[in-house]
Amino acid sequence: MINLTINNIQVKAEEGMTILEAANSVGVHIPTLCHLKELFPTGSCRICVCEVSGFRGLVPSCAYPVGEGLRVETNSQRVRRARKTIVELLVENHPEDCLICVRNKNCELQDLSEKYGMREHRYVGEKKQHAIDISSASMERDPAKCILCGRCVRTCNEIQNVGAIDFTNRGFRSNVTTPFNKGLNISDCILCGQCILVCPTAALREKSSLKVVTAAINDKTKYTVVQIAPAVRASLGEEYNLPIGTNVTGQLISGLRRLGFDNVFDTNFAADLTIMEESAEFIDRFTKSNNLPMFTSCCPGWVKYIEQNRPELLKHVSTCKSPHEMEGAILKSYYAKKMGINPKDIFVVSIMPCTVKKFESERPELATEHHPDVDAVLTTRELVRFFKMAGIEFDDLPEDEFDNPLGESTGAAAIFGTSGGVMEAALRTAYFKLTGNNLQSVELSEVRGNNGLKEASFEINGNKINVAVVNGIGNIDPILDEIQNGNSKYHFIEVMACPGGCVNGGGQPIHQQREKILKRIETLYEIDKNSVSRFSHDNLFVKKLYEDFLTEPNSSKSHEILHTNYFNRKKILEQ
Amino acid sequence: MINSDKIFTKYTKNDRSNLIGILQDIQEEYNYLPETMLKKTAEHLGLAMSTIYGVATFYNQFRLKPLGKNIIRVCRGTACHVKNSANILYALENELKISAGETTRDKMFTLETVACIGACSIAPVINVNDEYFGGVSIKEIPKIISKFKKEEKETDKKELHEKLS
Amino acid sequence: MKSFLELKNKLIEDGIPEEEFIARCTEPEITPSLEETIANYNQMLRCEIHDLPIIFVGIDTSGLASGADIIFKLIEEEIQKKDLKVILKKNGGLGFGAIEPVVEIKHPGEDRIIYRNIHRKEISDFIEKTIIQKEIYTKKLFATHGNSTSKIQNINETQFFKNQKRIVLRNCGIINPVSIDEYISSGGFRSLDKVLRRMSPTNVIDEVVKSGLRGRGGGGFLTGKKWELANAQSESEKFIICNADEGDPGAFMDRSILEGDPFQLIEGMLIAAYAIGANYGYIYCRAEYPLAIQRLEISIKLCKGYGLLGDNILNSGFGFNLKIKKGAGAFVCGEETALINSIEGKRGMPRPRPPFPTTAGLWGKPTVINNVETLANIATIIQRGSHWFSSIGTENSKGTKVFALSGKITNSGLVEVPMGVTLRDIVFSVGGGIPDDKKFKAVQIGGPSGGCLPESVIDTQVDYESLKSIGAMMGSGGFVVMDEDTCMVDVAKFFISFIQSESCGKCVPCREGTKRMLEIIERIGQDYRNIKEPIEELYRFKGIIHLKRLSEVIKDTSLCGLGQSAPNPVLSSLHYFKEEWEEHIYERNCPAHVCKELLTFTIDSNVCSGCGLCIRKCSAGAILGEKKQPHYILEGKCIKCGMCVDSCRFDAIIVN
Repeated sequence: MINLTINNIQVKAEEGMTILEAANSVGVHIPTLCHLKELFPTGSCRICVCEVSGFRGLVPSCAYPVGEGLRVETNSQRVRRARKTIVELLVENHPEDCLICVRNKNCELQDLSEKYGMREHRYVGEKKQHAIDISSASMERDPAKCILCGRCVRTCNEIQNVGAIDFTNRGFRSNVTTPFNKGLNISDCILCGQCILVCPTAALREKSSLKVVTAAINDKTKYTVVQIAPAVRASLGEEYNLPIGTNVTGQLISGLRRLGFDNVFDTNFAADLTIMEESAEFIDRFTKSNNLPMFTSCCPGWVKYIEQNRPELLKHVSTCKSPHEMEGAILKSYYAKKMGINPKDIFVVSIMPCTVKKFESERPELATEHHPDVDAVLTTRELVRFFKMAGIEFDDLPEDEFDNPLGESTGAAAIFGTSGGVMEAALRTAYFKLTGNNLQSVELSEVRGNNGLKEASFEINGNKINVAVVNGIGNIDPILDEIQNGNSKYHFIEVMACPGGCVNGGGQPIHQQREKILKRIETLYEIDKNSVSRFSHDNLFVKKLYEDFLTEPNSSKSHEILHTNYFNRKKILEQ
Repeated sequence: MINSDKIFTKYTKNDRSNLIGILQDIQEEYNYLPETMLKKTAEHLGLAMSTIYGVATFYNQFRLKPLGKNIIRVCRGTACHVKNSANILYALENELKISAGETTRDKMFTLETVACIGACSIAPVINVNDEYFGGVSIKEIPKIISKFKKEEKETDKKELHEKLS
Repeated sequence: MKSFLELKNKLIEDGIPEEEFIARCTEPEITPSLEETIANYNQMLRCEIHDLPIIFVGIDTSGLASGADIIFKLIEEEIQKKDLKVILKKNGGLGFGAIEPVVEIKHPGEDRIIYRNIHRKEISDFIEKTIIQKEIYTKKLFATHGNSTSKIQNINETQFFKNQKRIVLRNCGIINPVSIDEYISSGGFRSLDKVLRRMSPTNVIDEVVKSGLRGRGGGGFLTGKKWELANAQSESEKFIICNADEGDPGAFMDRSILEGDPFQLIEGMLIAAYAIGANYGYIYCRAEYPLAIQRLEISIKLCKGYGLLGDNILNSGFGFNLKIKKGAGAFVCGEETALINSIEGKRGMPRPRPPFPTTAGLWGKPTVINNVETLANIATIIQRGSHWFSSIGTENSKGTKVFALSGKITNSGLVEVPMGVTLRDIVFSVGGGIPDDKKFKAVQIGGPSGGCLPESVIDTQVDYESLKSIGAMMGSGGFVVMDEDTCMVDVAKFFISFIQSESCGKCVPCREGTKRMLEIIERIGQDYRNIKEPIEELYRFKGIIHLKRLSEVIKDTSLCGLGQSAPNPVLSSLHYFKEEWEEHIYERNCPAHVCKELLTFTIDSNVCSGCGLCIRKCSAGAILGEKKQPHYILEGKCIKCGMCVDSCRFDAIIVN
């Protein structure tokens, strides 16, 4: 233990702790901008500076380790003045369009400006000018709003290992851009949106689809259908100051009805359907030893990653569409026919925790006769904006239930929203299909948790099945290398691009309590635990769908409606 | 034709510390950094393109656009500054009708400033290609420029001559 | 004997231990069988015996800029034309820029005579006189390396060299920088020999600590202490880096050492590596120094050939490999951690410290980074002992310091003076004062991190603490003299503009703050008629009010030394030249006539001949007038570029 004083408070800190951590441990708050808890400090923003005995200059508390007998002052006149000046300098080079900014009232710079009482422009001068990059289907890049904290760069490079953006130029002309400042659409970006979650301002944000959605709702000729991804229900409440991870399914449904959607369905239904298809596909590949290991295909960020970086391994990816695309496809075929609606008039909106889903919904192969399976994707954040615009307050909302038949789901579908969930759900059904019995212990703790790579082996009918769950795209490369070198021991691999899975997707609420988002995962497991059925093959409506329409998993009909194909995007990017 | 592979064989694969050296070699060969070569560099070193671009734009030495045939460097070191190198730069900009960092439309001249050539004793200094001009005055600028224009014309004539004969 | 390598091979053949190689090169008596051969060879290397006249041309970048290469070529042609029997040699530079190009002549048995400012047009006369007639070419005579006579002074008695004490520069301009034999013959590698055979790493470190040598790159950290820290690390892999990224505008000491005596640096690095236990080293050199890099490459190759680099050096069991890394033009890479990032192939942005490079530097391994001049001192310290070294200088600053003397000064060039001399000594004794009878105004010392010092503090001693106490710093050794024609606001603007364009952009205060400082100072020198919005006038005053506060925050909060010292040139200028700033601000007048926008240009009709030259030169079309009639300037159109002043042959344009 190391003894030091912070603002005259005696603090006992562990060796290796930073001053920032020690201060936080005794309730002394120090502002940060460039700090990312899980990564090595860069000390670039200087907002966390403190006075430390024995130092001439101010010391960045995020990067400086505690030392025996240090006397730290975090709130002296000198410190406050320094911090205020830094905020002023940042604001002077930032467009002051807060009123019309998507991050208004949820902006760290705005927050600091308020905190340090910035009331005048002291250092007026040139502001940087940059065009907004709207080239991608999912995200916008507005470098004029960038304060160069580097959190996005480090998330993209060090956590996600994608490397789509980096610092360019230097000094006052520094910027965060793609190579040659070209559009994100032709960069290495997989649109996972993790950068948006860490951006303190609106320099990175989703591309809003609210306009098309509201237009469709207002269009009387359209039959609007909305579906909700598993992870949204565990996070949306946070935007209404509910505790992190609160399950708000019921309110969400009634809210969506009030917005004017004709039907409110659940992507969880399609998740069960996905499990039926994917487990059948896996059993087929496993018994024939064909193209193993098989990768899951629910995560469009992962699919984009492999298409861009390792197209030669695409045959390992399951051909199943992702759940919301399956839901859309069923809506525009089976459901349309059943309801007697022209599929052209159905407008499918997906509420997703994800930014890549926007890109995915625009993929030409996920459409029939130019009508996309899903017409628009809203992120959790956009939906909250829509709710607020429509005057929908959560406190007063009654709980409601999904419409049927595409609203029915099992516990297995609920856990799709977290890393390991798809694997767990698929194994539950695969086990049943191979043995005719349901698993005794349903919860597969081996694939749960927050490790970047989770491994497990199961014995089914005397066959050993090795599975892996990759959590965060930054952990995938060694596995791909193994496959490329022909020495992979796995048979089935789940990949989710975002660390933690969809609960931490790029479309989720943005706040600074990043360490608490694990609560969302607990909520999803809770939903599973409390479900009447915890096996996708027990979903009655899914069964009926096969009886009425699809015949059986992996049939030619289901291949036509529920499966897709992939492209070598490495070539596309090189052109 | 330049054999681009020649550059890469000198450097071990996937060793990032070679990046700046490779970029310097590319620029030596091409006189700037062509995008295709940056892509090859990324592949050779196993780095993201954005990383390469970030490094290439950080250092003064690297150019992402081709330079002119003659490169004029105006020393902007302290000694040159107190001896009015700002005026020399202004005169050159005026003479060539470009700003520092730009290339004339006929691709004849690129005008650059350098932090310090290190020839402070003969300040103010400009450097054209490998030739130094010390203690230059504004009056000499047009002479220096026309000297290189003339040389260019002569070599052009020579080349034409050789082609014809 | 043609080379010491030949000697080495012979010694090995004779079964003499390899570790004795260096000693046997320079102490002929311990090899009785070859005593005479070795002695003769040494005398030849030192040009003490030779049959033919020798012509030395000093060639380094500074010499090249003055046309030394052309002089060399012309002399070569002249020799061929006249079919002369002479030896023509390329030497390093003496470092006295004002007398370049320098040519030296030595006839057998006579003293070596130095000639100054040799012009290409006089080569024929010069060769005729000195070589054929064997006389002294008095027109361009500078000095002799021999004894003074009535006609000719010894070099060390001349004004420029008299007050210098050359330790680091001792070989510059004297020996051929890429001849390893000449270096050995002049006592080179004796220190390495001593260290490898008779000293433990701790002994070496103790000696360097006791010498009191401090880093010459700017910070002034005790070199021995730094080595101690790295030596204490238990990791097996360590690195030594020589920081030769001399980016200070107006500083070229390191380049001159690299070009003039590269072996001395390599020897220093070898000793440092031995002391800290490093087997790998890098010289991080600016790419803008092609000649220095070329000479380093040759030197490294030669050292490898002689077994002075590589595995098991001189059979000591100690191995060391040295590589050159070319910088790519970023001033900030002079900062230790930025330099490390650059070697690793990253953007040259500094890292927060701790961890310090001595614990986790290059690739996370303990790393010592020393400046060129620091390392160039090491061999001499080991050779002559810490006691001798610490007897030079002041209490806390030992040894000598090399300065690059330039600007408005008569004797510009490299000067090496003992610590403790005053600024006045350097400017007026060594430097010979201000040319053209102008008045001394200030000396800028320490480059962009230093400050401008006025006459009132010119009697300050040159040492780390004294300079800091008056608002400057030792820095890397830029020493730019300014006279009454230099505007201090303009100089402050120059430095902040330099820092602003060289800031890496990582931390906020330096990236944003220096830009704002520049803008504030730019507004001071702005013509009020160019101000379109009245609010800009408000910003002008607001900026001035906040300039100091901003400077202090930048100093207080910046990540690295570049930002922490960035406001120094402005703060020192504000402190010492307050009146000049106020004159700019309140009276909108630049007393030195430098801030163009504050000037008015008029034509003296009595002097103007009406030649029309200024009309043609004026890019703004602000000058009117008939041919042969006095011209006049339209003030509203004048952009104050000053082109007319420079073009007028009659000095008819008045600037106020």
